[in-house]
Amino acid sequence: MEAVLNLIIEKYNYWIYITLMMIGLYAMIAKNNLVKKIVGMNIFQTAVILFYVSTGVKKGATIPIIEHGHDVAHQAVRAADYINPLPHVLMLTAIVVSVATLGVALAIAIKVYHRYQTLEEDEILEQIREL
Amino acid sequence: MSEHYPALLVILPLLASFFISAAGWLRPVCCFPLALAALGSSLLVSLGLLGDVISGGPVSYWMGGWPPPWGIYYRVDYLNALVLAVVCAVGFVNLIAARPSVEKDFPEKAGPFYTLYVLFVTGLLGMVATGDAFNLYVLLEIAAITGYALIALGKGRAALSSLHYVFLGTIGACFYLLGVGYLYIITGSLNMEDIARLLPPLYESKVVTVAFAILMVGVWLKMGFFPLHAWLPNAYTYAPSPVSSLVAPLMTKVMVYVMIRMVLTVFTVDFAFLVLRLNEVVVWLAVIAIVMGSLLALAEKDVKRMLTFIVVAEVGYMVGGFWLGNQAGFTGAVLHILNDALMTLCLFLAVGNIVHVNGDSRWESLPGLFRTMPWTMGALVVGALSIIGVPPTCGFFSKWYLLLGAIQGGHYGFLVALLFSSLVSVVLFFRIFEIGFFEPFGASHGSAHGEGGPAIQEAPLGMLVPLWMTALGLILVGLYTGEIVGRVIRHAVPGMML
Repeated sequence: MEAVLNLIIEKYNYWIYITLMMIGLYAMIAKNNLVKKIVGMNIFQTAVILFYVSTGVKKGATIPIIEHGHDVAHQAVRAADYINPLPHVLMLTAIVVSVATLGVALAIAIKVYHRYQTLEEDEILEQIREL
Repeated sequence: MSEHYPALLVILPLLASFFISAAGWLRPVCCFPLALAALGSSLLVSLGLLGDVISGGPVSYWMGGWPPPWGIYYRVDYLNALVLAVVCAVGFVNLIAARPSVEKDFPEKAGPFYTLYVLFVTGLLGMVATGDAFNLYVLLEIAAITGYALIALGKGRAALSSLHYVFLGTIGACFYLLGVGYLYIITGSLNMEDIARLLPPLYESKVVTVAFAILMVGVWLKMGFFPLHAWLPNAYTYAPSPVSSLVAPLMTKVMVYVMIRMVLTVFTVDFAFLVLRLNEVVVWLAVIAIVMGSLLALAEKDVKRMLTFIVVAEVGYMVGGFWLGNQAGFTGAVLHILNDALMTLCLFLAVGNIVHVNGDSRWESLPGLFRTMPWTMGALVVGALSIIGVPPTCGFFSKWYLLLGAIQGGHYGFLVALLFSSLVSVVLFFRIFEIGFFEPFGASHGSAHGEGGPAIQEAPLGMLVPLWMTALGLILVGLYTGEIVGRVIRHAVPGMML
């Protein structure tokens, strides 16, 4: 029990991202409404973004901005004092990608709605079967 | 000039897509020539690159002059120079053929269509050229998002199928991103060669194994490898025909390339084949993919839908061939990327012509087609023979290498699956020929043509010329297989497989 608890506490960021990811996956599989599925997809993507952001953390470090950088540029910068900014920068791109995916998905959902007059998947499938 | 080829290859179509988008608002007539110019110049650049690689070995390009582990770095070697040329050629030829059906089916959307088309090709080219794992993800999403939009342009169930593709495609891309994330945690690098340099001492680490597993599942999902293929048939069937003939030959093939690149350059062959020992398992998965793809194709009564299941089976060919882990299998897999792109292009273009004229590609629309559309059906026969694997066409040669690889690797399950799928292809295509040639068609079409026998009702020349260029390309590539393998693919084979 102790070991399991420690495992959860030590790696809590992983547990959070996996939980979020599974919530998203569950919504994509089990929800009947297409917009809910799209929301699930977005949660899924956000979970990965959260995972990346959490990997940049260092204990006791601060944000990676060097104060008065041009005056003290000759001094050595200790990397351990600053969190790793690279995953955050990468995630800016990933956020843009996820927004674009969300936009395209919603636009397609509108197209689906125009055709079937509903966004409930079972009703759409019923209409397709009747054709 | 020529030292900037790797960057130009991606930047030219990327910039052109902005201009095409603007032209769509201001002067819609300019869209097509602009797209043609963009992809034509990309094709020339890619051929130039292929020439450079053949004569002078791999080419590297530092984006913005930043050296590799820090900056984004494009690398074109023997493996991807060939794939780049194929992507450009297929994109270019299909663009010419797309024009008549765009004008007929959605003339008001010509601007967005050509913009998305060129962006899709940009994404694929970038994925193939890049040497940076995260950059690959971004370009993968560019290709995927434009692909979703292009597929949703279709009628009927296209939007719903596209939405399902969005869900599964996003899961696939997120898994890829997650795999890259795990690699980044353990190595602190995103450059493919840098990761490969840092990985060997970490082979026993569970993080690397997890990264490999997640990444492979993501890539397999994107390529429609059998149990993960559910999105593929509907998306490719209901897409407009110029889109199916673009996406079906390219997306799956480029994802196979990404799989090969990841195993070869990032994780290295030693890790995948000697540490994880996954090869046996994956080849069996490929066997299942080939057999199931062929069987599912048998059940279809629509030519286009049948072709989508053939695509599923062909993905199994390439994945299996690569994971056989010997020289012949690897050669067969890489050669099949080239050949299968051309074969699927040929078949989908032919079906596109049938849909353009008949408005339908189900069995009922086929009778009498050999008389009314002789040129289209002629090219369909060439494409079909290539899928079946009849000698002068290129399909024979890659299948030959794959069979050789299966025998050398002692993997008789794969051998049987290849032969089985060839036999099933014979049944599939000769059924179409039989309906098209012998079935009486007076009942369904007679009234339209009057009493004086069937008139020739061919697709426009703008669709026939690209179709026949592809069909002749199949035979030419077949005849020059020795050259292609000897000058390019042989140099791409990793040392361990020799």
